[in-house]
Amino acid sequence: MSDQGLYPGLNLGEGHGEAHDEAETTVFGFWVFVMSDLVIFGILFASYASYLDPVGLAGGPGPQDLFDIRSVAIQTALLLLGGTAYAGVSLAVKYEHGRDRVLAFLALCALLGGAFLFFEVRDFATQAGKGGVPQASGWLSAYWALVGLHGIHVFAGIVWIGAMAAQVLKRGLDDAVKVRLSMLGVFWHFLDLIWVGIFSLVFLVPLA
Amino acid sequence: MSRPVGPVFGKLDWSVTPYTDLLQTVNSSTIVGAGAASVLVLGAIAAVAVLTWKGWWGPLYRDCLTSPDAKKIGIMYIVLGLVMMARGIIEGAVMRAHQATAMGTLDQPETGLVSPDHFAQLFSTHGTIMIFFVAMPLLIGLINFVLPQQLGARDMAFPVLNQVSLGLTAAGAGLVMISLLIGKFGTGGWTMYPPYTGKVFSPGEGVDYWLWAILISGVGSTLTGMNFAVTIFKKRAPGMHFMRMPLFCWTSLCVAIMLIYAMPALTVSSSMLALDRYAGFHFFTNDAGGNMMNYANVFWMFGHPEVYILILPAFGVFSEISSTFSGKKLYGYTSLVIASMSIAVISFTVWLHHFFTMGQSAGINIAFGIATMLIGIPTGVKIYDWMATMWRGRVRMTAPIVYMTGFFLLFVIGGMSGIILANPSIDYQVHNSTFLVAHFHNVIIPGVLYGMLAGIHYWFPKAFGYRLDETWGRRTALLFVAGFVFAFLPLYVMGLMGLPRRSPTFQDPAFLPWMYAAGLGALLMLAALASLVWTFLVSWRNREALSVPGGDPWNGATLEWSSPAPVPEWTYPCIPQVTDRDDWGERKRAGDPWRAPDRYVDIEMPADTPHGLLIAAAAFALGFAMVWYIWWLAIAAFLAIPALLIWRGMRVIEPRIVSAADVEDEDRRFREFVARTAPITRAEESTPRNRGVPDCTEFAG
Ligand code: HEM
Ligand SMILES: [Cu+2]
Repeated sequence: MSDQGLYPGLNLGEGHGEAHDEAETTVFGFWVFVMSDLVIFGILFASYASYLDPVGLAGGPGPQDLFDIRSVAIQTALLLLGGTAYAGVSLAVKYEHGRDRVLAFLALCALLGGAFLFFEVRDFATQAGKGGVPQASGWLSAYWALVGLHGIHVFAGIVWIGAMAAQVLKRGLDDAVKVRLSMLGVFWHFLDLIWVGIFSLVFLVPLA
Repeated sequence: MSRPVGPVFGKLDWSVTPYTDLLQTVNSSTIVGAGAASVLVLGAIAAVAVLTWKGWWGPLYRDCLTSPDAKKIGIMYIVLGLVMMARGIIEGAVMRAHQATAMGTLDQPETGLVSPDHFAQLFSTHGTIMIFFVAMPLLIGLINFVLPQQLGARDMAFPVLNQVSLGLTAAGAGLVMISLLIGKFGTGGWTMYPPYTGKVFSPGEGVDYWLWAILISGVGSTLTGMNFAVTIFKKRAPGMHFMRMPLFCWTSLCVAIMLIYAMPALTVSSSMLALDRYAGFHFFTNDAGGNMMNYANVFWMFGHPEVYILILPAFGVFSEISSTFSGKKLYGYTSLVIASMSIAVISFTVWLHHFFTMGQSAGINIAFGIATMLIGIPTGVKIYDWMATMWRGRVRMTAPIVYMTGFFLLFVIGGMSGIILANPSIDYQVHNSTFLVAHFHNVIIPGVLYGMLAGIHYWFPKAFGYRLDETWGRRTALLFVAGFVFAFLPLYVMGLMGLPRRSPTFQDPAFLPWMYAAGLGALLMLAALASLVWTFLVSWRNREALSVPGGDPWNGATLEWSSPAPVPEWTYPCIPQVTDRDDWGERKRAGDPWRAPDRYVDIEMPADTPHGLLIAAAAFALGFAMVWYIWWLAIAAFLAIPALLIWRGMRVIEPRIVSAADVEDEDRRFREFVARTAPITRAEESTPRNRGVPDCTEFAG
C-alpha cells in the first residue's frame, strides 16, 4: 500500500479495524467501476437526445402520447426513499447496531426498489399497449434502452441486496461483508443519481 | 438464407461447416476454408494429445489455469496473443496471395485464390483478431507481468478479477476461433458498420459472432483497466511516488484510464447493434428513425482511443529499453510523462477523423483535423527523448534495440502519413483506399507489434529464468522489419493509384508489380513468424546455457531486476522501500545492492481458484448459444455467471500463507548465488557468461 492517507469519504468508523484498510482499495475500485458505468449511461443519454426529433420519432407515438408523469413522480419518490433507506444500513453497520437492524434496512431498500420496478414495468406495459414498443422508432429504441438499462440495474441491485442479506446471515458482519455493504451503498446511491438524469432529460425535457 | 430454429440445437445443423461447403463446390476458396478448419481441429487434437501424453493436465490446471498470480496471468495472456497472431498473420498472407492472383476483367471480376465473400471474412476476422485478440492480450499480458513488479507490489489489486478478465478475453477469442469451423464470420470488417451489418443485409450468424466476441472480451478489458488503475493508485511500494514510477508504469496508467473510459463506448455500440439484430430495435436501421451515424460516432469514441491504448504500452517498453540498453538514465523523464498523458487526453478528442467524408460540416472537419494533428507533438517529443537517451550511450544492438531501430525508421513514416490523412481535403481523396491500410499498418506494426516483441524479449528472462537466443532474436526482428517494408509500403502507392481497401478484385495491370511486392512482404512476415517460433524453441533447448538465475541480465535500473529469475511467486521477500527514481540503479550506484532484508515475515497469497475458468466457460457458452439461438443454453449460461459470483461471496476464503522460513530459505539461496557468481560487464551481456549478475560498478559512472 502506498504511504498516502486513506481515501477520503470512506471512513467506516471505529469498530472497523482491518475492514478499514481493505475498504481503501476495494471500495475505491468500485468507484472506478461506477465511473465506467456512468460512461455507458452518458452515451445512452446522448443517443436518446439525438433520437428525440421528428426523424427519430419516425411518425410513431411520442412523449406526449406515452408518458404518465404522475407514475414517474411516484417512481422518483420510491427510488429516492430507497436511497435514504440505505443510510440506515450504513449507520447500523457503522454504529454496530447488530445484524437484525442491518437486515431490516436491507429489506426496506429491496422493498422500495421492488415497488419502483413495479411502477416502471406497469408504465412499460401501458406504453407498449399504446404502440410504444422499442421496435416502433429510433426514439423508442433509445428510450427503452436507457430507462430499461436503469431498471435492470435496479433489479441487479435487489438481487445483490438479497445476496448480501444471505451473507450477513451466513457469515455475520465480518470485514469482507462490511466492505461489500459499502460498495452496495455506492451502487444503490448511483442509481438515484442516474434516475435524476432520466427524470429530467427523458421525461421533463420532451414534456416541457 | 434464414435457417429454422430448433428447440435443442437452435440454428445449428450439419450444413454449417466448411466441409459441407467443400462437398458442394470444390474450388480454391472452399479448399482454403476447409484447410483452415482442419488446422484448427488438428491443432486442438494435437494439444490434447500432448497434454495427455506428457501428463500435463494436472500441472496446467493447478499451476496456470487456477492461479490468480498476475505474473502467470500475464504469461497466459501473451501466449493467447501469440497463438492468435499466428492465425492473423497467416490470414494476412492469404489475403495477399489472393490479391496477387485477383486481377480480373470487367466481365469476369471474380478470380483469385478465394471468393469475394471469403475474402471479406478474411479481412474481418484478421482485423478483429489483430486488434482485440493479438494486440490487446499482448499488451495486457505484458502489463500484468511487469506492472506489479515495477511498482514493488506482490500482485494486482484484485487478483481473482484479473483471472476473470483473462477468462472473458479467452472466451471471446474462442468464439472467433470456433467460427472457423462452425458457421461463418461477419463480412463487415473489424468495425462492422451498420446498416450493412443489420439483420436486413447480414441475416446470418457472422455479425453475431463478432458481437458476442467483442461484448464478452470488452467487459474483460474494462475490468482489466480498473484493476490496473487501482493497482497503480493503491499498491505502490512505500516511497514509490508517482514521479518515481518507471515510465512503463506511467503508460500503463494512461492505458488503464483509457480502458475505463473508452471500452464502455464499444460495449454500448455493440449492444445497440445487438438489440437491432435480436430484438428489432431501430438504432441503426435505414428505416423507422434509425441513424447509422450514431454507430460511427459511438464506435470511434472507443476506436480512436483504442489505437493509443495499443501504442502507449509499446511506448513504455521503448522508454525502458532505450535507457537500459544504452546504460543511461532516461532523458526527459518528466516530458515523457506529460507527453503520455497528453496523448491519452487528446486521443479522446479526435474520433471524428474516421468519418470526415460522411457529411458533417467543414468547420467540424477542420476542428477534428487540427485536434488530430496535435497528437504529433507529444509523440514527436517522445521520439526525441528516446533518441536523446541513446545519444552517446553505450548502445548494445540487442534484439529489442533492433526492434526499436526499426520502429524509429518506420513509425515516423506512419506518423507522417497520419498527419497527411488528418487533413480533411486530402482525406477525401485517399480514405478507404489502401493508402489508409498502409498508414495504420505502418503505425501498428512498428509501434505495437515491434514494441510488444521487444518487451517480450526484454522481460522473458524474468519470467522463465533464461534469455532468448540473441542471434535468432535479431534475425526475427530484421525479418519483421523487412517484411513490413515490402508488405505495406507498396500499399501507399496503390492507394494513391486509387485501389480501394477491402477490394477482392482489380482490373488495372499497373497494380500487379506492387501486388507482387506486397505478396513477397507477406511471405517475409510468415518467415518472421516462423523465426519467432524458432527463437523460442532454440532458446528453450539451450535454456541451461542461457539461464540467468541472478535475475538482472541487462544491468537494469528498475525494481523488477532486483529479484531472481524466474521470479518467485511472492515477487519480493519483503516489500521494498523505494527512495529514488530508478531505485535499483541508485542502489547499484550506492554499492551492495543485493543486501538481504533484515527479517522475513509470512506472506499471504490469494488462494488458487477455478473461478475465472468457470466464468470463462459460462461466457463462451453464452456467446455461442446466442449466436446460434440456442435459448436454453443461453439462459443457463447467463444465470450461471451471477450464481458463481454469489456462491463465491457466501464462502469465507482464506489466503494461502507462505511461511517466513520458506521465503528466507529461497531468498538466501538467491543471495548466495549472486555473491559467488562473477559479475559480467555490459559488453559480455550476450555471451554465455551472463548469469544475470551484472557488474554494478558500471553503474557508477
Ligand atoms: C503481419 C502481417 C500482416 C499482413 C500481411 C496484413 C495484411 C492485411 C491485409 C491484406 C488487410 C486487408 C486490407 C484491405 O482489405 O484492403 C489487412 C487489414 C487489416 N489489418 Fe492487417 N496485416 C498484417 C498485420 C496486422 C497487424 C499486426 C495488425 C494489428 C495489430 C493488423 C490490423 C489490421 C486491421 C485493423 C485491418 C483492417 C480490417 C478491416 O478492413 O476491417 N494487421 N491486413
Ligand atoms: Cu483515429
